[in-house]
Amino acid sequence: MGSTGEGLGRRDLIKRSAALGLITVPTMSFLSACASGGEESTKGPDKGAVTKENPFGVAKGGKLDVVVFKGGFGDDYAKAWEAAFDKKWGTTSSHLGTQEITAKLQPRFNGGNPPDVVDDSGAQQIKLDVLAKGDQLADLTAVLDAPSLDDPTKKVRDTLVEGAYEQGLQGGKFVVLKYVYAVFGFWYSGKLFKEKGWAPPKTWDEFLAVCTKAKEAGIGGLAHQGKFPYYINVVIMDLIAKKGGLEAMKAIDNLEPNAFEGNPAALAAVEAVYEVVEKGLLMPGTNGLTHTESQTAWNQYKAAFIPSGSWLENEQLKQTPEDFDMKFLPMPLLADSKLPFEAIRAGVDEPFIVPEKAANKAAGMEFLRSMLSREWSTIFAQQANSLTVVKDGVDPGVKLRPGTQSAVEALKAAGSNTFSYRYPDWYSEMDTEIQNASNELMAQRIQPKEWIKRAQAAVDKAAKDPNAKNNKRS
Amino acid sequence: MSHVAQSKGRAGFIAGFLVAPLALYLTFVIWPYVQTFGYSFTNWSGQSPTFDFVGLDNYASLLKDEVFRGALGHNLLLLVFVPVITILLALFFAFMVNAGGRSGAGGVRGVGGSRVYKIVYFFPQVLSLAILAVLFGAIYRSDEGGLLNGFLTQLGLIDAEHPVEWLNEPDLVLWCLLFVVVWHGVGFYLVLFSAAMQSVPKDIYEAALLDGAGRAQTFFRVTLPLLWDSVQTSAVYLGIAAMDMFVLVSTMTSQQFGGGPDHHSEVMSTVLMRNFLYFGKSGYACAMGVVMLALTMILSIITLRATRRERIEF
Repeated sequence: MGSTGEGLGRRDLIKRSAALGLITVPTMSFLSACASGGEESTKGPDKGAVTKENPFGVAKGGKLDVVVFKGGFGDDYAKAWEAAFDKKWGTTSSHLGTQEITAKLQPRFNGGNPPDVVDDSGAQQIKLDVLAKGDQLADLTAVLDAPSLDDPTKKVRDTLVEGAYEQGLQGGKFVVLKYVYAVFGFWYSGKLFKEKGWAPPKTWDEFLAVCTKAKEAGIGGLAHQGKFPYYINVVIMDLIAKKGGLEAMKAIDNLEPNAFEGNPAALAAVEAVYEVVEKGLLMPGTNGLTHTESQTAWNQYKAAFIPSGSWLENEQLKQTPEDFDMKFLPMPLLADSKLPFEAIRAGVDEPFIVPEKAANKAAGMEFLRSMLSREWSTIFAQQANSLTVVKDGVDPGVKLRPGTQSAVEALKAAGSNTFSYRYPDWYSEMDTEIQNASNELMAQRIQPKEWIKRAQAAVDKAAKDPNAKNNKRS
Repeated sequence: MSHVAQSKGRAGFIAGFLVAPLALYLTFVIWPYVQTFGYSFTNWSGQSPTFDFVGLDNYASLLKDEVFRGALGHNLLLLVFVPVITILLALFFAFMVNAGGRSGAGGVRGVGGSRVYKIVYFFPQVLSLAILAVLFGAIYRSDEGGLLNGFLTQLGLIDAEHPVEWLNEPDLVLWCLLFVVVWHGVGFYLVLFSAAMQSVPKDIYEAALLDGAGRAQTFFRVTLPLLWDSVQTSAVYLGIAAMDMFVLVSTMTSQQFGGGPDHHSEVMSTVLMRNFLYFGKSGYACAMGVVMLALTMILSIITLRATRRERIEF
């Protein structure tokens, strides 16, 4: 394509002129400023001198164009970031928080004038693999290799949690920064537990005991988001992973013929969950409720526990009583579990990208580097009540909301004992079928053995998927 | 100017106006159908411009797809019940509102307060399906907070510990949805039939009354035959609605794009959407689309043929 070739040529030219500016005396910056000024009209990138503090060569006084998905996390965090960025770099940033990512951005990507930073998330996200295949995503390896803002002796990549790198790859290139780190488990009200004198359970038997006590007190034991069996699947799958160890989890992801069938850990996990149903310890009606309905009922003290990821606190912000004291609980252990109680499922999400054709790519990259600093990570944790992929990324002196605070502590206690299933991303059909089976199980329409049979059938079916060859984990 | 030239000029004038809409129709309605047909012979994933030609493979797997066959069964069930129940209720109410009043010999009019009824019956039609889904979601809510459950608990008919999970009960879910569609539709068809009834000359009714016809006789011998065209059209429309059902099923029932519990409320369009957008089997989904189009057209033709009658002029 002629126009693309021309664009690349122009960029090369500017890169070279910036490099020239670097090797010549500092006064040359005056000239390069002129050059960038001249480029304004042709929409070329602004470029400053590349130094250790400014690894991408952000030009002072440039423009920064940020578009973020305004969903569950709102967009206040981004506004705070932009203010901080403008203050440091003297830039003028423009901000757009929207749910219509595709509608707003597709024409800009096609027109070759995309923003500098995009949080490409939500139901209307532009598919990342499509953008990657169209060469629309900047290679972010440079961000990983740049010095961390918190500790210049470290590279940014060494400050990230596990999984952040692997899950940002498209075709072997790191082009997506998944920024939010979510941990999964049960949640309860610290206030309710204190009032009733219940201790947070560490084993499944203790868990059932608390549910039973709750039931006696006229409260449901376990609530779950019945209309979306995704959540109860987290419970079943995490019990399997904790009892059977990481091998049991990988067997499922790798679609092995004995992933469920003949796997004692799997049967034990399903039976454990079914025990809750059989003993009548579910919150009445929970099987048919949506996530907001069941979570709100739980916020109204109608149930002791609910499973969810760490976005729960922010999602329920308006429904949660002031003194609710939300607390995170790792999945309680079944007998003879291979992983410790502290082990938790943890995953990354909320993809941030820098478009390849961004007008101010340098500032975009610097923006991502700043996001991976402790300061900005703390801003996110405070404004969006969620964790980030920055390891220990929240300033200990900062006061967080109780749920986020307890998730931070649980993550610290877990250390390297985190795990994450891949099959939901790889085989959505299998995921859906297992969810259906779980829904039937919770409604007592099938028994644990039947669940195992159905789940294995879903695995065997997925094994015939052409993708099964490429999707292997070790 | 001769008459011929004049009419030619008029035809050209009219054609000039028709070109643009026709082009739009071809581009945005016919062309996508043609494309869908083409894609249905490929293994297109929906996310990439590359795909292979697989011949009739998609159609062959459709025949074996139990979920899709179940969905088709549900659609057919709805196809029978939605039009029949809606039209019967609408006809009954329309007749009562327009000609059901028992008055003196000469007067043909509706039951008392019929004007108010007409407006009230039309209310549901004003609400969009999305609002209906929310409204009935609250009615069918599975815990004690649901209107139905709360009501039944108060009456002592069900135990608060075991509320009915309306939309999570395999045997109930489809009927719950059917009720919503009927509730939504009756008002509109009532107004439609009312309008048709009002265009029936009063003297026909008066003559029937003078001959000593009762309400039922008046309805079956006079009203229904004169309304047949409207009934026929309604049946086709309701049939098409019953073949779709996407909005209600996908928002009110569990699973990605609805259809739960365990495919018991699945309709063809929800299976289609799930395969198209969620499973990345867009070629396969296109084959479903083609089947849906064919079925809908066949059904429309059958309905129009089967209900064909001599037109009565008045």
